[in-house]
Amino acid sequence: MRFPTELVQPWIEPGSRVLDLGCGDGKLLHQLAKNIDIHGYGLEIDPYNITASIKQGINIVEQDLDKGLSNFADNSFDTVIMTQTLQAVRYPHLVLDEMLRVGKQCIVAFPNFGHWRCRWYLNTRGKMPISKFMPYTWYDTPNIHFCTVADFEVLTEEKHIELVNRRYVDHHNKSSSAARMWPNLFAVTAIYRITKE
Amino acid sequence: MPTDARKQSVGLVTPITHHFDHDFELACGKTLAGYDLVYETYGELNKDHSNAILICHALSGNHHAAGYHSYDDKRPGWWDHYIGPGKPIDTNRFFVVALNNIGGCSGSTGPTSINPATGKRWGSDFPGLRVRDWVKTQAELADLLEIDIWAAVVGGSLGGMQALRWSLEHPQRLKHCVVIASAMKLTAQNLAFNEVARKAITSDPAFHNGNYLDHDTLPRDGLALARMVGHITYLSDEVLGSKFGRELRSGSFEMGQDDGVEFQIQSYLKYQGESFSSCFDANSYIRMTQALDFFDLAREYDNDPVDAFKNAECEFFVVSFSTDWRFSPARSQELVQSLIAAQKNVSYVEIESKMGHDAFLLPNARYQDIFSAYMNRVYKSIKRKK
Repeated sequence: MRFPTELVQPWIEPGSRVLDLGCGDGKLLHQLAKNIDIHGYGLEIDPYNITASIKQGINIVEQDLDKGLSNFADNSFDTVIMTQTLQAVRYPHLVLDEMLRVGKQCIVAFPNFGHWRCRWYLNTRGKMPISKFMPYTWYDTPNIHFCTVADFEVLTEEKHIELVNRRYVDHHNKSSSAARMWPNLFAVTAIYRITKE
Repeated sequence: MPTDARKQSVGLVTPITHHFDHDFELACGKTLAGYDLVYETYGELNKDHSNAILICHALSGNHHAAGYHSYDDKRPGWWDHYIGPGKPIDTNRFFVVALNNIGGCSGSTGPTSINPATGKRWGSDFPGLRVRDWVKTQAELADLLEIDIWAAVVGGSLGGMQALRWSLEHPQRLKHCVVIASAMKLTAQNLAFNEVARKAITSDPAFHNGNYLDHDTLPRDGLALARMVGHITYLSDEVLGSKFGRELRSGSFEMGQDDGVEFQIQSYLKYQGESFSSCFDANSYIRMTQALDFFDLAREYDNDPVDAFKNAECEFFVVSFSTDWRFSPARSQELVQSLIAAQKNVSYVEIESKMGHDAFLLPNARYQDIFSAYMNRVYKSIKRKK
């Protein structure tokens, strides 16, 4: 699932240093470099994605996010991005801490498990939802830590993380009015720009 | 040479020896009154001389990196899995240059050459070498071949150290630096293994303080022992276990029949040691391991690799192998970390392999795949420049 560049680009300073955690095939960094001349590095563990990133022409470093970012200095990047990866790490709260240590600001995007379709699926079928956006069975999935918009915001409050901006988008990555009004029900993807308080 | 070698490899190749006729000052302060370099090239140099790749060899390597020397040749060059038509270093696209470093024993000036001052072989009097000396001779070879800028300088192990030194000494003369199974400096454990190897050689009664050739002899046992120790460290416990285990080559475990018992691993190491000691020079081995020991990328930059890399202008590709304990992934990660902190373009992969340090020479699907992808990037960067 590729993440649309336009959802994060407005929050990133042109020409700045960007670290993308779980960068997939590197398309996002490639686009950001092309559009606003960022100097970026992607971290990834999947061999196919790493090769794809090499082909994409980005800087790609093989690294397991679950082992932390101790090889990166405090505030060494202007922006640390993590899109659609939060739900796949072993300790999401610790990865958030690490991101905020390494990045002056961070951008986090994740699929909202509180979306009404997920709730409907679980309610009517009594089974973990499987959809085009979450195509995995519960027992064989990289996504081990699904959360809702409400869950995430509680965590950020507990951790005194400042929510500088937030965007809630639907299946078409558009900020529909329903998603803006009742994000926990109607946001398919939630995107936050966060900093240390 | 296999009959279909032309398809799979660069085919027959002939080494070229060039004599550089000027005084060459070494890092140690001593001067060589001229020197020879033996090298091979594969592929065609393009019109604007922008597709050249330099291959830097490791401890016991030489100029014969790919192809065959004759039809009777049983084995191709040492990196034939990775250099050739359609291979990661694709000779249909690149002009590949591989040389034997000075101090070596495959044709370039080294301890077995004649010292012009005495008319006798250098032997142990051959001056001490540093990695930077090799880089300097390689730059002179580049001048000779009219290559201003290498599309990439590529090396594994000690070869990777030469590639790194290139990026600092001649930042404008390479576009990509490919560093495989290498490090910014050796660890104490590595220094220790090299010392054991040298001690094995110098302890051989046939060594004669390095002047064994004057005594018409060779310290074969010492050199073989040095190679045996080295060889163990180039492989992983896992691969030794799976290849040899505790299998016996001869004899039996039956009580009272201890004579003639030989493990497979014993026989293998004996073979490795003997075949190496019959084709490599002991003084070369000593000089090469010393250059390896002394290499410390950031020493003259106040021991700060980040500061050192600020001079570099090329892009870096760093590769490590999961079971390599001689040049472990941690050493490559330190290198990558310094490059990122210096804001250099770098990509890094750790290849899953059970082959230990030797993995960089051996076939491996993921390694081949990603190496090809990166070299494709190198090729594209040449084309863009046109």
